Amino acid sequence: MSQTIDARGLSCPQPVILTLDLIEKTQNGRIEVLVDTDTSKENVTRAAESRKWKVASVAGEGEGYRLVLTKG
Amino acid sequence: MAGKNYFASRWGIMGVGAFIGVFAALLQYWGNPGNMGICVACFERDIAGALGLHRAGVVQYIRPEIIGFVLGSLIAALSFGEFRARAGSAPIVRFILGAFAMIGALVFLGCPWRAVLRLAGGDLNGLLGLGGLIFGIYLGTLFLKGGYNLGRTQKTFTSVGWLLPLLMLGFLVLRLVFPPLEGLPNNDILFYSLKGPGAMSAPLAVSLAVGLAVGILAQRSRFCTMGAFRDLLLFKQGHLLSGVLSLLVFAFLTNLVAGQFHPGFVNQPVAHNLHHWNFLGMTLAGLAFALAGGCPGRQLFLAGEGDGDAAVFVLGMITGAAFAHNFGLASSPQGLGPHGAAAVVIGLAVCLFIGLTMRQKQAA
Repeated sequence: MSQTIDARGLSCPQPVILTLDLIEKTQNGRIEVLVDTDTSKENVTRAAESRKWKVASVAGEGEGYRLVLTKG
Repeated sequence: MAGKNYFASRWGIMGVGAFIGVFAALLQYWGNPGNMGICVACFERDIAGALGLHRAGVVQYIRPEIIGFVLGSLIAALSFGEFRARAGSAPIVRFILGAFAMIGALVFLGCPWRAVLRLAGGDLNGLLGLGGLIFGIYLGTLFLKGGYNLGRTQKTFTSVGWLLPLLMLGFLVLRLVFPPLEGLPNNDILFYSLKGPGAMSAPLAVSLAVGLAVGILAQRSRFCTMGAFRDLLLFKQGHLLSGVLSLLVFAFLTNLVAGQFHPGFVNQPVAHNLHHWNFLGMTLAGLAFALAGGCPGRQLFLAGEGDGDAAVFVLGMITGAAFAHNFGLASSPQGLGPHGAAAVVIGLAVCLFIGLTMRQKQAA
């Protein structure tokens, strides 16, 4: 099952806080994160990788991006 | 969509920190005040003075570096398709935080950038400033952990994102139309210091060029002196910190070569050695920057890429500088301003009020 975080419009460091919170709760699986700036995309990517999650895909969506994070 | 952003890598941000460190020290060599090659707070304060928003005669100059930071970021954001006009995330809060961040910085006499540069020039009072900064940011992370949030921003008309860059362009036009006149304290509407740090500056073209380059590089790398410590405390991530450490090392080395390294606590340029006020001033500034989501430089770069809320923070800082000098809140090399201590206490109280009350749990 995939869970989605809508971090669009949230400024630094909120997208990373939300992502790491869910990563802690989820342990394994799939998380989708919506962001609207390149900075948030990079920060979420860096945060996920630091917790040994993979960024499976990054797709442009609207004015921003949809990141798919997976583990396990 | 841009591909892999090299500047956002570890080597990228360290390179940017090195560039800023070297050129900040060189700007001092070329004429900027001591250990103040670049100081976002001091330079915005000088701009406030040049516009006559305060009348402290020793700190009045339209600093081209600030203009360059915003316009450089604008150029980078437009070039890489990252310009996004956005606004509406608690602008009044950002304004107030900007004002008190400036007041705290002026009690210490420097923003986080200058705290690092002061240390790189041998001013050991910078250690107290950095200690206070880190403590203030630590307090900010406690609020962030407790759910503190400024709320979502909204996409808006492109013109909204252009307003602060256009304002900076306007300042540049004023500087060109009303240049400093030898021996005169003003040229029509603009004020120019005849003595003090406001009278010390690198040549206009040099300051502007370095400012533009820093603006471009910092927009690409997301360089942030507050985020450096916040990310370490909050996420145990040292990415941004590596940029700040690189700045420190390269500014130190450049100072050493240029003969600008003078270690000690006393007789440091544009500094006082009241340890607890250096610490507390930067505690206030650090907390305000943490609650606002970026150091003063980062706010300029965000404003350049269309962030109208960061632009409001910048205007808050400029307004805070005017209050700081009109009300006797800013320190000087002689020590604390007459009401500086009260301003720090009030500022901390305001930040606590904001941090404790703006807690909205996000629906994931």
